[in-house]
Amino acid sequence: MMKMWQAGKRLLPMTAALGLILAGCGREDLSVLRPQGPEAETSFGLMKLAITIMIVVLLIVFGIAAYVLVRYRRKPGQNEIPEQVEGSFKLEVLWTVIPLILVVVLAVPTVKAVFAAGDDHSGDANAVKVKVTGHQYWWEFEYTDYGITTAQDLVIPVGKDIAFELSTKDVLHSFWVPSLSGKIDTNPDGTTNRFSFSAPNEGVYRGKCAELCGPSHGFMEFKVKSVSEAAFEEWIASMKAPAVLPEDPALAEKFRSACLTCHAVGDQGIAGAGPDLTGIGSRESVAGILLNDDTREDGAPIEENLKTWLHDPESVKPGNLMPDPKEELGLTDEEIDGIAEYLAGYTLN
Amino acid sequence: MDWITTVDHKKIAVLYLWAGGFFFGIGGLEAILIRIQLIKPMNTFLDAQTFNELITMHGTTMIFLGVMPIIFALMNAVIPLQIGARDVAFPFLNALGFWTFLFGGLLLNLSWIMGGAPDAGWTAYTPLSSADYSATHGVDFYTIGLQIAGLGTLIGGINFLATIITMRAPGMSFMRMPMFAWATFITSAIILFAFPAITVGLVLLTFDRILGANFFDVAGGGNPVLWQHIFWIFGHPEVYILILPAFGIISEVIPTFSRKRLFGYSSMVFATILIAFLGFMVWAHHMFTTGLGPVANALFSVSTMLIAVPTGIKIFNWLFTMWGGQVRFTSANLFAVGFIPTFTMGGVTGVMLASAPADFQFHDTYFVVAHFHYVIVGGLVLGLFSGLHYWWPKMFGRMLSETLGKWTFWTFIIGFHMTFFVQHFLGLMGMQRRVFTYLPNQDFDLLNLISTIGAGLMGVGMIIFLLNVFLTSRKPADAGNDPWEDGRTLEWTIPSPPPEYNFKQTPLVRGLDAFWKEKTAGHKAMTPSEPVGSIHMPSATPLPFVMSVGIFIAGLGFMFSRDEFGSAVMSFLFNNYIVTALGLLITFGSMLLRSLYDDHGWHIEPEELEGS
Ligand code: HEM
Ligand SMILES: [Cu+2]
Repeated sequence: MMKMWQAGKRLLPMTAALGLILAGCGREDLSVLRPQGPEAETSFGLMKLAITIMIVVLLIVFGIAAYVLVRYRRKPGQNEIPEQVEGSFKLEVLWTVIPLILVVVLAVPTVKAVFAAGDDHSGDANAVKVKVTGHQYWWEFEYTDYGITTAQDLVIPVGKDIAFELSTKDVLHSFWVPSLSGKIDTNPDGTTNRFSFSAPNEGVYRGKCAELCGPSHGFMEFKVKSVSEAAFEEWIASMKAPAVLPEDPALAEKFRSACLTCHAVGDQGIAGAGPDLTGIGSRESVAGILLNDDTREDGAPIEENLKTWLHDPESVKPGNLMPDPKEELGLTDEEIDGIAEYLAGYTLN
Repeated sequence: MDWITTVDHKKIAVLYLWAGGFFFGIGGLEAILIRIQLIKPMNTFLDAQTFNELITMHGTTMIFLGVMPIIFALMNAVIPLQIGARDVAFPFLNALGFWTFLFGGLLLNLSWIMGGAPDAGWTAYTPLSSADYSATHGVDFYTIGLQIAGLGTLIGGINFLATIITMRAPGMSFMRMPMFAWATFITSAIILFAFPAITVGLVLLTFDRILGANFFDVAGGGNPVLWQHIFWIFGHPEVYILILPAFGIISEVIPTFSRKRLFGYSSMVFATILIAFLGFMVWAHHMFTTGLGPVANALFSVSTMLIAVPTGIKIFNWLFTMWGGQVRFTSANLFAVGFIPTFTMGGVTGVMLASAPADFQFHDTYFVVAHFHYVIVGGLVLGLFSGLHYWWPKMFGRMLSETLGKWTFWTFIIGFHMTFFVQHFLGLMGMQRRVFTYLPNQDFDLLNLISTIGAGLMGVGMIIFLLNVFLTSRKPADAGNDPWEDGRTLEWTIPSPPPEYNFKQTPLVRGLDAFWKEKTAGHKAMTPSEPVGSIHMPSATPLPFVMSVGIFIAGLGFMFSRDEFGSAVMSFLFNNYIVTALGLLITFGSMLLRSLYDDHGWHIEPEELEGS
């Protein structure tokens, strides 16, 4: 046992070097190789250990192969028959035992990490409890302790454990924030999954659905927004404030009759059929994929994104379940633009 | 007509080869379309639905209809010869296996023209594959098509088991059997145990979809995770069904072109058996993120990693087979030599995936896509290419062009690594698999572009191979018995292509690598174990074909039994299961005919044998 650990330790410098190289790959808010929290760090540590072992194995195999192919190629005129070797008991034992040792070196920390990841944090008084529900093709987040629900943007207090309980309303999805943690499937009620992660740094992280769930599976994204404890409390408070409806009463009525039959804002409307829209003006994205950041070339002002969505949801997310506002809900272009303007202005303080 | 009624294993091999090649071509086109769509972010070349149909059909086609039949082609062409038999144990069943496979595959692909291909991934996870979320007949084509094709595989597997157990030439003990025969034997055993699982799963899913059962529906008391277990209890052994024959091929080609016997033969046999055994113990490593809990995850992690041990034994034994030998770089051997490092790369990423907490990150990303293509394409397809170049002269009596073969190798393997190596990084950088497009500015663009160019290069390699086959078919069939000159096993002792009866006299086997042993003893041919005598041959018959047509009709009938048709007659025929019954009648009628009508086959008399 002791020997094995020494072998493991000798791999450490290479592991560290590898970590540095890999850390250059991908975006900080998205890449598995640039972990931003302890859970992702654990996975990354195991990956580095595994990659190191595997590179050593590959180098040996490649080395022997290259040597053999150069040294033993048949030369012209070479006609004597090579010795027909039966095998070699010693050698064969050697390459049975060495892989076995390497496997144990990897298996021990793996098993430790598996059990650590299996810890249930849902009883932890300090943890923020969030119920995640997957829908074709959007994410619902319910904060059970606070009695609020939001969608697409998961707002969390920095450094705190978030205890998730995950399920789906329709098909299977998989909840994944690569830079914060590995993924876990959302199964139908009755096979609910739990897991937890935390984000030690403030920031916005990209989350994805990782289980094929229909045509717009690739667009089923979400954001995790890690904010200071104070900002989080403030966010909770303003989420609880009564709904703000459009000022124009006619538009408000339209909004109520056409939109709030599936959506909710504050204390009004229907929860869970479509994403909750409370304070949507403060979100990072519309529909999870239209980025509300006009300083970037792949983003646009939120009002424009809302208009893009409302004028033709199908073309943004093929196969999504929202009725077309113009064709199926009977709104005029002006009403759509008015609602977009109102929603863009519906921000939280 | 000759082809439809044949029961000769060599002709059935050719049928398998053409059918497999045909489906492989379809799967390849699907792959190219997928890659074109992913060449840049937010591409609109394909729409989302079509893309999902393409990935589903690509995966399903490649695994069930592309590579499996090519494996079966090589097994059919080679196994009876390698073990010194005149045919397989059940020639009639052999033909039946082929035809059910073909009609199952055709049924599945009919979905493209009959209103929507399956779109729930080749794994068909419920509830996405249920009638509620996949409303076209796509998934019905999947369940019923695969059911029929799977029947053919199961029949084939049982046939090879029986053949290898009962029909080895005198003196060929199990421990003198060539590695490819061993691989076939073990593969067939896996088929025997794994295919019933998918058969049951497909029946349950069909019942859920067509008859409204609730096996996988939570609301009705079912459980979608059950499907995942059933699928992977079949699905994981399935990947060993694919890779073990490749191991077998490599273990034939490398010794031949190193002029050395296989290093560590008995440990190779042992490793093969161990891999098959472990292959059944590890299915849940596909389900680490399903939420099975830490105990299951830990157990399946460790058992999966253990597979690295027998696999490592194999790799080092191959390397040491070449050590001290005289390695010749024929195209067949190039593919075999290219196989070793490429497959090793797929193997090591497999060990990485086995670590469950790391797999929470890898699972369902392009890292996994890279891994299984390294194993399946870099392992199996390279192996098949190697085997095809190696045994082509035996099968067709013509040598494939070495120049074109080498071009195939280089374009294919360079294209392959270009396509799939970068996908490891795509996955680690956050790209999920099965996405029809991706947003820009995620650092995915360049690697996807490289990947698509690589796929194009692999396509070029395939075209060169087809060209080689075409040009070769126009050359005279003049390959000798032992065209590579260093053949070690029994298939090289008889003419290329072999006569209908394979061996005029069953050979006497006096050791491992029977032919090599005779050659080193200074003999030119095998010592026969029997005098020349009359040879019994099975009769040709169209019944296997007709039976498969019957099953095909029954499958279609069942699938549409709930549909409303424009015409009342059609509705009447389908809704009352009349079409289904008709199909079954054809099949069972043929069976009855087969059992009532005694066919004793025919004989080739010694006088005719002397003439040839
Ligand atoms: C020309 C070579 C090939 C190329 C370029 C290629 C490319 C691809 C791509 C891009 C995907 C989609 C990945 C995703 O988003 O999930 C895929 C999936 C897949 N491929 Fe290939 N592939 C090739 C050959 C093969 C072969 C030979 C096999 C098997 C024998 C195979 C088996 C699969 C399987 C099982 C899937 C998963 C399908 C699913 O997600 O349902 N591929 N391939
Ligand atoms: Cu999804």
